[in-house]
Amino acid sequence: MIQNWLPLGASSFSGDVDGVFRLILYVVGAWFILVEALILFFVIRYRRRRAGQAVYVTGETAYQLAWILIPGLIVLLLDLGIDASGARAWGKIKEQTPAAAFKARVTAERFAWLFTYPGPDRRFGTEDDLWEVGTLHVPVGQPVELEMNSMDVIHSFAVPNFRLRQDILPGRTIKAWFEATQPGSYEIECTELCGAEHYKMQGKAIALDAKEYERWSREHWPAAPVRPQDQPKTASAAHGGNE
Amino acid sequence: MMTTAGASLTSVTEEHYAEPSFWRQYVFSTDHKTIAKQYLALALFWSVVGGLTAHIVRWQLAWPAGTRLGHRLLTPDAYNAMVTMHGTIMVFFVAMPLLLGAFGNFCIPLMIGARDMAFPRLNMLSVWTFFLSSLVLLASFFVPGGAAASGWTAYAPLSSVPAYTAAVLGQDLWILAVALEFASFLMGGINFLTTPLTLRAPGMSLWRLPLLVWYEACASLLFLLSVGPLVAGAVMLLLDRLVGTGFYLPARGGDPLLWEHLFWFFGHPEVYVVALPGFGIMLEILPVFARKPIFGYRTIVISVLTAAGLSLIVWAHHMFVSGMDPRLAAPFSVTTILISVPFVIIVFAMVATLWGGAISLETPMLFALGGLASFILGGVTGIFLGSETTDIYLHATYFVVAHFHYTMFPVTFFAGFAGLYYWYPKMFGRMMNERLGKLHFWLTFILFNAVFIPLFVVGLAGTPRRVYAPAAYELFKPLQHFQVAATVATLLLLASQLPFVANFLLSMVRGRRAEKNPWRANTLEWTVESPPPHGNFAAPPVVRHGPYEYSVPGSRVDWMAQDQRFEPAQAAGGG
Repeated sequence: MIQNWLPLGASSFSGDVDGVFRLILYVVGAWFILVEALILFFVIRYRRRRAGQAVYVTGETAYQLAWILIPGLIVLLLDLGIDASGARAWGKIKEQTPAAAFKARVTAERFAWLFTYPGPDRRFGTEDDLWEVGTLHVPVGQPVELEMNSMDVIHSFAVPNFRLRQDILPGRTIKAWFEATQPGSYEIECTELCGAEHYKMQGKAIALDAKEYERWSREHWPAAPVRPQDQPKTASAAHGGNE
Repeated sequence: MMTTAGASLTSVTEEHYAEPSFWRQYVFSTDHKTIAKQYLALALFWSVVGGLTAHIVRWQLAWPAGTRLGHRLLTPDAYNAMVTMHGTIMVFFVAMPLLLGAFGNFCIPLMIGARDMAFPRLNMLSVWTFFLSSLVLLASFFVPGGAAASGWTAYAPLSSVPAYTAAVLGQDLWILAVALEFASFLMGGINFLTTPLTLRAPGMSLWRLPLLVWYEACASLLFLLSVGPLVAGAVMLLLDRLVGTGFYLPARGGDPLLWEHLFWFFGHPEVYVVALPGFGIMLEILPVFARKPIFGYRTIVISVLTAAGLSLIVWAHHMFVSGMDPRLAAPFSVTTILISVPFVIIVFAMVATLWGGAISLETPMLFALGGLASFILGGVTGIFLGSETTDIYLHATYFVVAHFHYTMFPVTFFAGFAGLYYWYPKMFGRMMNERLGKLHFWLTFILFNAVFIPLFVVGLAGTPRRVYAPAAYELFKPLQHFQVAATVATLLLLASQLPFVANFLLSMVRGRRAEKNPWRANTLEWTVESPPPHGNFAAPPVVRHGPYEYSVPGSRVDWMAQDQRFEPAQAAGGG
């Protein structure tokens, strides 16, 4: 079915986004088929065959109006249902950032992504910071908090597999988070036109399971590698807003 | 109101409507019908340019530069310029002059029984300002650095700092052209509002106005209400570029989000500025070819006023992931999705008009039905983008591209063609060829869907729009054949406009002469000669009933012009 055209979901909230997508798909799909079928049926059924065939109906009486106002009312109720389910998922994804043990800074600059990790001391701006261009290494099963900045124009950080997208405005620090649920390499796109080589502004988010992440971490911080399995998983302890 | 309208009609001197000189008749004309044709000519010219930009963009997406079939000269900057100009041209230089400039100017005075617009000279200034704006935009293609390349939305700082795109003068000219276009349609909008309010023929109460007049006036009101802040925003953008202010530059205390708010506060109502006249045209045509009154006239008017009001408070749905406070998303999502309610009512009223009718499928009706059927897909896919959660995933993908083409193409081209085939006899005094018209419709309808259905698929996979080479991403490589399919369909869609071009031009000299009322329609424009003389009505018509009195029981014929009395059937005559 249509929802299978979306790429594999690989974050803790991709199921929420896909769930709202399915809900809308079923609701509007049913309406779409109903209305198109009615148009087709009426055009065939009421083709002009003889003079005086048309009935004089103005649609001004309450009884006649019910034929269009009741569908309007049903749509209103369905709309409110879609609004409610959308708001619930949005709250989880965008309004609350879980207290995350893993952090990374995202610096967007025409036309590349720069990722900075705070290192074992968990503080940015210290000796043990590590940076990579174009590749973001994260552990699976742990919320990762991103602090995003742009050096020039508006960029947008998007990972289709994570169902994650967030514009980055110059002059502000914008936060986002995700939790990868499956190990793998996932493409990062810039999805806000940022200039001639906008299309080259790509990256990869590499989600590693605990053992792999520890090995990667040992390569960079041999003295104090990070072991994800020792970190408290704090996704449930939500706090604060976006800013 | 009636007496005012009557008085102003008679107070205009006859001299004003005497045969003018060549220049006054065809070039610097104040006649709303000539102005409508001037807008139409400019819109048709720009639709060719807009189509060519689509051709270049689609070609690149199927066969990128550097591959065997690719364009040799299309740099990434030139590609971005083509994308930018395609959007700018189609919205501001095709949809608006066609739906407002041409149909609004032609139909409003005729439909309300007036001799011209309330301010004919302002009307002339409007079309010539648009002409100047067109020259500026056209020039921007040929200046060093090329045309603007920051998207039709011109997000700052990409648009506000000259160093960020190759276009330097091109972006300045873009701002100037768009500002002149706004000025043109502001002047036009004043006429579109004041004329139906002050110059209606005796008996033409507001509840007897043809729906197209309501929808044109409503669109103009929306434009007047929303464009002001963007004009201010455009001035700030120009100052940032030319003088070095920093309204949108954080380093100088500005904020890029300001532009997004100003742009979309106008940009979303603008969708309705275009959509409403398109709907107005479809609403005029459906009853004529179904031989039935429009279903729920007053409900349709109230619904459009509701939709127009709501459209002023939905703009931030373009900005869910922009970095604005995320707590703003839910309220804007609610208002956005609620707009579906008045539109569902309007669409159901149109469908109900078909029920029990005597439908004949001449070309205008085919285009109106095709427009309605296509718009519904655009409408329902809007729900996915209006929901803040699914928008996280779908925002800025080809899903958005497919969605808005399913809304804008039906109202601009399906409704636009419906209107052209329908009013052509009144505009030019001759009939268009039905057979070519039907061929044009079926090719356009099938190919339009063949272009944009693949793009829904591409978008659902997450492919971002405005990307020079989407196949540069591993994730989207497997979708390349959908891109090729969409491009092949685009080329065929463009080619299938040739029957229309031939029909449009040849019918002017070879078409069958049009009688006053070839479609047996009720609205007042069909009570005068085809084409109507300068000044339209020899004497003010007296309106006796609403515009959609078709198949009235006991009537001699199945139509009743708005200025005609009810004629009962003779014993021998059929109903």
